[in-house]
Amino acid sequence: MARSSARPLSPHLGIYKWGPHMAVSILNRAMGVGLATVGMAALVWWLVAAATGKEAYDLFMSWASWWPGKVVAVALTFTFFLHLCAGLRHFVLDLGAGFELQTNRAWAWGTLIGAFVLTGLTWLLIIWKGL
Amino acid sequence: MGSGTGLGRVRGLGSARSGSHHWWLQRVTAMGNVVLVLWFLFALVRLPSLSHDAVSGWIHSPLNAVPLALMIINVCWHFRLGLQVVIEDYVHGGMRVLALGLLHFWTFGTGGFALYAILKIAFAGTPA
Repeated sequence: MARSSARPLSPHLGIYKWGPHMAVSILNRAMGVGLATVGMAALVWWLVAAATGKEAYDLFMSWASWWPGKVVAVALTFTFFLHLCAGLRHFVLDLGAGFELQTNRAWAWGTLIGAFVLTGLTWLLIIWKGL
Repeated sequence: MGSGTGLGRVRGLGSARSGSHHWWLQRVTAMGNVVLVLWFLFALVRLPSLSHDAVSGWIHSPLNAVPLALMIINVCWHFRLGLQVVIEDYVHGGMRVLALGLLHFWTFGTGGFALYAILKIAFAGTPA
């Protein structure tokens, strides 16, 4: 990293006021990392347990239905829906649309609220069906 | 940054001319994930239960095993591209080489186990 200390730096994160668009942007990244690590590990465990047999599968389910397992499951659901909503938001931004300040803020809030609502609906359905 | 000269490119300072391809594949796999992962979640909550019988019976059907295997490939591809960018932004020097290497192992390792498990259930079913 060769940089002359005499040259000015561009303004960075520290001087900006936090807004929903910044929060959604960095959350999207964090959620992606979470899904790729914790989410993928859980998915692989679930599939390999199912392929191994009933005993291994029931062991997975006993961990998944213990309360810390449920916390992880709810967190992963929220993580997925936030990454989904933020990804859809990015498809619109990639078209060059939605960069006006008010529109951008509104859709950033929409992304967050959408993720909460979808997570809630999913778990209501799971509890209602007794899965 | 030396993007215009041959020497700059040799030093790794310029464009490698693969950025837009990487960006585009990230979007293509994202679109694939919208379809495949939502299908997977819908199918899961539509199962009568999440017991071993119900789940392995569901994976046993070709109409479920193939999209599920495609979902694994698409998910692995997508997070391989995405985490590469995250690592390149935040990890530097030798640690970056290590992190990118680990990302390769994680991608193909998890993908390999998941695909084998799906195919085993699809072809052979599971012992009770």
